[in-house]
Amino acid sequence: MGLEGIGARVLRKEDKRFITGKGRYTDDMVVPGMKHAAFVRSPHAHAKIIAIDTEAAKKMPGVIGVLTGAELKADGIGNLICGWMIHSKDGSPMKMGAWSPLATDAVRYVGDAVVLVVADTKGQARDAAEAVDITYDELPVVVNAVAALEQGAPQLHPEAPGNLIFDWDLGDEKATNEAFANASHVTRLDIVNNRLVPNAMEPRATLGVYDAGEDHYTCWTTSQNPHVARLVMSAFYNVAPENKLRVIAPDVGGGFGSKIFIYPEEVICLWASKKTGVPVKWAADRSESFLADAHGRDHATHAELAFDKDNKILGLKVQTVANLGAYMSLFSSSVPTYLYATLLSGQYDIPAIHANVKAVYTNTAPVDAYRGAGRPEASFVLERIIETAARELKISPAELRRKNFIRSFPHQTPVIMTYDAGDFDATLDAATKVADYDGFEDRREEAAKRGKLRGIGLSCYIEACGIAPSAAVGSLGAGVGLWESAEVRVNAVGTIEILTGSHSHGQGHETTFAQLAAERFGVPIDSVSIVHGDTDKVQMGMGTYGSRSGAVGMSAIVKALDKVEAKAKKIAAHLLEADEADIEIKNGDVKVAGTDKSLPWFQVALAAYTAHNLPAGMEPGLKEGAFYDPSNFTFPGGCHICEVEIDPETGTTEIVQFVAADDFGKIINPMIVEGQVHGGLAQGIGQALLEGTHYDDSGQLLTASFMDYTMPRAQDLPSFKIMTTETVCPSNPLGIKGCGEAGAIGSPPAVINAITDAIHNNNLAMPASPQTVWAAIQAGK
Amino acid sequence: MYETQYHRATSVEGAARLMGEAQDGKYLAGGMTLIPTMKQRLASPSDLIDLRRIDALKGIKIDGRKVRIGAVTTHSEVATNEELAKICPAITSLAGHIGDPQVRNMGTIGGSIANNDPAADYPSAMLALEATIITNQRSVPASAFFVGLFETALEPEEIITAVEFTAPDKAAYKKFPNPASLYAMAGVFVARSGDQIRVAVTGAGENGVFRLNDAETALATSFTPSALDKLSVNPDGLLSDLHATADYRANLVKVMAKRAVAEIANRPM
Repeated sequence: MGLEGIGARVLRKEDKRFITGKGRYTDDMVVPGMKHAAFVRSPHAHAKIIAIDTEAAKKMPGVIGVLTGAELKADGIGNLICGWMIHSKDGSPMKMGAWSPLATDAVRYVGDAVVLVVADTKGQARDAAEAVDITYDELPVVVNAVAALEQGAPQLHPEAPGNLIFDWDLGDEKATNEAFANASHVTRLDIVNNRLVPNAMEPRATLGVYDAGEDHYTCWTTSQNPHVARLVMSAFYNVAPENKLRVIAPDVGGGFGSKIFIYPEEVICLWASKKTGVPVKWAADRSESFLADAHGRDHATHAELAFDKDNKILGLKVQTVANLGAYMSLFSSSVPTYLYATLLSGQYDIPAIHANVKAVYTNTAPVDAYRGAGRPEASFVLERIIETAARELKISPAELRRKNFIRSFPHQTPVIMTYDAGDFDATLDAATKVADYDGFEDRREEAAKRGKLRGIGLSCYIEACGIAPSAAVGSLGAGVGLWESAEVRVNAVGTIEILTGSHSHGQGHETTFAQLAAERFGVPIDSVSIVHGDTDKVQMGMGTYGSRSGAVGMSAIVKALDKVEAKAKKIAAHLLEADEADIEIKNGDVKVAGTDKSLPWFQVALAAYTAHNLPAGMEPGLKEGAFYDPSNFTFPGGCHICEVEIDPETGTTEIVQFVAADDFGKIINPMIVEGQVHGGLAQGIGQALLEGTHYDDSGQLLTASFMDYTMPRAQDLPSFKIMTTETVCPSNPLGIKGCGEAGAIGSPPAVINAITDAIHNNNLAMPASPQTVWAAIQAGK
Repeated sequence: MYETQYHRATSVEGAARLMGEAQDGKYLAGGMTLIPTMKQRLASPSDLIDLRRIDALKGIKIDGRKVRIGAVTTHSEVATNEELAKICPAITSLAGHIGDPQVRNMGTIGGSIANNDPAADYPSAMLALEATIITNQRSVPASAFFVGLFETALEPEEIITAVEFTAPDKAAYKKFPNPASLYAMAGVFVARSGDQIRVAVTGAGENGVFRLNDAETALATSFTPSALDKLSVNPDGLLSDLHATADYRANLVKVMAKRAVAEIANRPM
């Protein structure tokens, strides 16, 4: 692998600028004449807009423009859309309500943008925003998705009667019913997957610049996928044609999914820049982020799992109500459907599965993908119910899982997915051994002597990453293909620039992607630069989400490297007067195998650009591009074990041990993978123990700051015991499965299984805060 | 934040004069509540009068068991005062567990007491230690100082200059923090001097800090954790919010009281 090649624990190149405060984020960007924006947002969760009076605001000091949705519409700016079509079981298309970037006739959640103010300073913009006078006629509010489906519930959108966006089925209902008819045991469970606020460290921001001379727009924005942003803003929102719109996502301080989507603010600031004639910057403060970033999760599910007399699973039934909030965000429809129900087979051989999902509008912030996106919800349902079943059947939870593991690959599940590779025994064995799972009862007894309730919980998760083969996702309703692009430019002196459509916002691409070139040519990673995040530099790309940058983004780079290597070998063979097949590239030298004839790498590169002595007919230069479209999803999987001790007097949970054994396929940089697992576990444990999003009945967000929304702190987390096993992924050239979301997918059920084991009460909501656990202990007495 | 005028006072008299001249002034100490409130545009004082540079308000003085803590003494200064730790470790430990290091380096005892947040730690200590709150106008016993939620006996221009108390024979403070904010959801300060036992509770009461007389009576009979086994804390009058219902808070008050007594029992001094 070499010191910096594949598998090396190379320190992250990008960290120097991040940890010394030299990163350059959207809000750091300053352009001449730049002014500042503030949004007037709805204080009501549901109201008609009767009148908007901007006269007083327009007269405030420093104000350049006060703009409304009516003006936006008049200029032809389109409504925001959801880019994944879902059809209900009756064949009808999903019912999407109109989402104007600035509300015109009604507001539907607290934080809905209504008016934009542009002023010389941010303070002046905010002062003027307070002077905008909007007359509302308040309407009844519904925040809970199950309640929104009830007869007589307040209606959000005329397009979606009963607030029902779609009523979608997956799997074979008849076969599943038959399986249940033959069951000797059925386990039933009601499960809520709590709503989460993503809380990336960097709040969202955008800077819109219209150049009247060139009739050209530039959008700096906090995006995980600037090319998708350009495509959507051009093709659907009518901001500008693609060739006149440049989108730049510079350093981005975390996304976790929440920066995939095209929000109203980017569109509005671009439009406002043309309208007012000045560059317009907006940066959210934390309160705005809580209100107006897309939230995650928020499912209510009833699940049933049927077993035969030998404890083999016969079938699974799942009914889920998914809260999509007030509007359909860009990929919101895919999360509770094809990213959720397709994973309900988990690691188990389940002959029949039927899932029904109802997606619902409520007067809350839009809900879309958040780290794991659908897969944490699936693994929570399955891993909670199988642990519950083991308790009911009085067999070891590890044993029940083992009995039902899939062991031959490829494996076709009843819910679309074809698992290509995996070894579920390996991760379960590794985790149970390190956790001393078999010795747990002694530890429970010892803890009891100290007055503590000790419990242990398992989770054997699988997820689908890379998303995914373009034709496959297209057939399922996706509005885009999910390939990735790369370009490898070898400069005349042998240094290398790799252009990628993946976007790094904390993942370490500048290091791991460079390791691919180091592996291939033996050059130091310091001589390899990664270029990303700018539509003027990189032609096209689909961005970073779904743990896809390794499996898909790197595969595109590998394809481009293949082409560069082939051309370099042709040049070297010509220069060294050898056969092309005998050329090998090692440690920065290009050699004729079995001889002492060699050229340093840079001389081959130089030869490509001097073009003095190239093979006949060869074009000068050493630069190749590639598009890679994956042949399948990838399927990372693993086993997480959580062991807790609970103080019964206060309900406080301490995680005394957390073990994660994961199979991510081939690993490029183990240190970065470990960092991804640590972060994912922190978020998963955060969901399980700490993070609760609460709206009151009037639709006010009660947990709208860190004073009430509990983010995980270091003190809440144990020192993780993590390890990896490896089955190589056969579906991409590097054998990579992806690791970005696994921690957040596998951990919540392990935590809740452990707590419910400790307190002997299976009825426990997330987050399992001290109060919630204490109340569950009281209820179980 | 709205525009405001900042003044740095150099004397107590000067600060009071500035306040008298201000249209809608606010004294600024550590600013740990006031500044975030202003940043949220929920407060808009015309003038901020900074008290932190006034020498007369600084420092900790100890004379035997008599303790005087200047109003602008930070939590970290209290937490790390070795002399104070020798005679009253409960108060140094309390100060060392307020918020996080940044808060402890900025926040002050006078600011905490003047703000009287129902979840602040210091008010429980003041009440249980029968401290005297010294102002530029008078001395007020703690029992008369804390009036209600964010409400004290202070007059608009009045400035806390110091707090004074006599170190108890034994004391301990135990709190159960709100998981998000880390403010107390139930904080119990138990102090014992001779047969005098005082138990004060913060974080739980609808009207802020209060004395838990039933616990004091029970502990007077037997100063042991088990003496509180039968204690029933009435949830009526306790705060109820997202993080803790009144029932849960009532439970926490009892558990924290027992743990404070246990800490005293297990400590050599």
